[in-house]
Amino acid sequence: MLDIKIPIGLMFFVFGVILTIYGFMTKNDAELYQKSLSHNVNLWMGVLMLVFGGVMLLLVRRKKS
Amino acid sequence: MEVQLHLIDYIIMVIYFVFVLGIGWFLRKYMKDAKQFLEAGRSLPAWVTGLAFISTNLGALEVMGMTGSAAKYGMLTTHFYWIGAIPAMVFLAIFMMRFYYGSKARSVPEFLKLRFDEKTRALNAILFAVMTIMASGISMYALALLMEKVLGWNFNISLWLSAAIVLAYTYLGGLSSAIYNEVLQFFIILIGLLPIVILALMEVGGWSGLKEGLAPIATQKGFAPDTLTTTWKYTGAANANPMGVKWYGIFAGLGFVLSFGYWCTNFLIVQRAMAAESTTAARKTPLIGALPKMFIPFLIIVPGIVALVLINNPGSGFSIMENGKPNYDLTIIMLLKHYLPAGVLGVGITALLASFMSGMAGNVSAFNTVWTYDIYQSYIRPATNDAAADARHYLRVGRLATIFGVLVSIAAAYLAGLFGNIMDFLQTIFSMINAPLFAVIFLGMFWKRTTANGAFAGLFGGFLVALAHHGLTAPEGATTLVKGGWLGLLRTYPVEMAQNFWTAIYACASATLITVGLSLVTRREKTDEELKGLVYSLTPKITEENIPWLKRTNTLALLVLIIFVILSVLFW
Repeated sequence: MLDIKIPIGLMFFVFGVILTIYGFMTKNDAELYQKSLSHNVNLWMGVLMLVFGGVMLLLVRRKKS
Repeated sequence: MEVQLHLIDYIIMVIYFVFVLGIGWFLRKYMKDAKQFLEAGRSLPAWVTGLAFISTNLGALEVMGMTGSAAKYGMLTTHFYWIGAIPAMVFLAIFMMRFYYGSKARSVPEFLKLRFDEKTRALNAILFAVMTIMASGISMYALALLMEKVLGWNFNISLWLSAAIVLAYTYLGGLSSAIYNEVLQFFIILIGLLPIVILALMEVGGWSGLKEGLAPIATQKGFAPDTLTTTWKYTGAANANPMGVKWYGIFAGLGFVLSFGYWCTNFLIVQRAMAAESTTAARKTPLIGALPKMFIPFLIIVPGIVALVLINNPGSGFSIMENGKPNYDLTIIMLLKHYLPAGVLGVGITALLASFMSGMAGNVSAFNTVWTYDIYQSYIRPATNDAAADARHYLRVGRLATIFGVLVSIAAAYLAGLFGNIMDFLQTIFSMINAPLFAVIFLGMFWKRTTANGAFAGLFGGFLVALAHHGLTAPEGATTLVKGGWLGLLRTYPVEMAQNFWTAIYACASATLITVGLSLVTRREKTDEELKGLVYSLTPKITEENIPWLKRTNTLALLVLIIFVILSVLFW
């Protein structure tokens, strides 16, 4: 059977990459981040998702070897 | 009120749907027989079924409703997550799950057939099938309406497109696909809502700032300053808290009857645990679900309470007003709009869409199981001698039932649009079947004297009593008969919730009395030998002595209860 950690890990990794890049691109866009109290939430959440997705994928690899 | 989405938000949404459909596509090759398709082959690990168990309940109506409820009643809403869920989940795990799983029943109605008789199963199966499809339709209607209102999407297109996606992945991968997607949805809700919680708390100055902000709002409503940030403190009198219920109403109505009825007997929920790989995994399922369940309030109730502060602060620019009246269902989506910039906003909206769709998938996958096993196999085409051919035949029937279920859901969604009040009424009525069902299953599992006729009469009688109670009482200021009082008015309750609690209490109590009374005067049809594995006193006890204590189910249950007590005391 498919290991559910693979799609979860992959999806959040992809989301993480997209949001981190977007966060960097919009780093100086004060207007965009006015809503989020001037915090670059895209960057934060992007990094968090990269870590979460990465951990999931690592767990899959560790189980296989 | 409109939320503006950008390209990046749509990209996130599309990627999510690619993964959802991809899971269904990968699982399709394992769907060789009905057992794989309708029961996930009873092969899933406990953490997967545990997260799915909680995720099924975390549908969008729940997220929307509970955030809205928090904006109305404050922290009192956590009763739905703590007293209203945890004791029932622990009870299901420790005492009931082994009978469901060990009996080899494939559904809750089938358990009724094994323990009692055919007519009890038929009554439950038919009511359940109708109820699930209707719930699915109502939830889809809410989704399409919200998307139209907030994102400006066409109602018909969102309805048919979301139904098509759900149909595609449940048709391909069956229950496994529904469960896998529920786990995916669990994580995306968690991560999608996390930034609002953090930002909302930052804006009001943390928990202490939140308390300060809520004090004048509570006093203005005529309550003590800390009413909105406590749970039990002001439940000594019904008029001292905004919910309008006393502690024993919460304790008996929500904590006992409603929650045990929902968590311990609703097949939609129990089905997740039945898909687990072993009895131990099945018993651990509700406990693993209970751990995140206890912390979900911080994710959806805390932002709701912050919304209450923002609503009362005209300078915040936050509003849930619609046509001059507050619409609490908009709370969550307005919070997303208020705090999230393009990018994470896409994740938040996707989380909401995800929970709508997985709610529907859950309903459809429970429906096709009950339809195939409890209605089709029992009354239309019984199993033959050729087991392999049967497995293929029922797989095909299960798949057709999936298509049928989705189509009827769509029809129900349109009906909900045309006759919203009638659908609300029917949903209230059907919610009444759970309380008597719990009474009957509980007696059946723990009292071997319970007879089939007693159970059937209890189920039916409890339902009639619930109906009568709803017809004779109404919440204060009710303007339509849908809310009750259609048989006359004996009593009015301060709020609708109090009425629901008492309906459930009366239904459960009368079902118990009828079942016990009739069981004592009717003859037992099943011998002790036949009831082995179905009744507590006739089944060998489970021993965990040879398992290290850290891995025992009882240890996990104890941990859940300890956290539950700590949280209840902390937010007393």
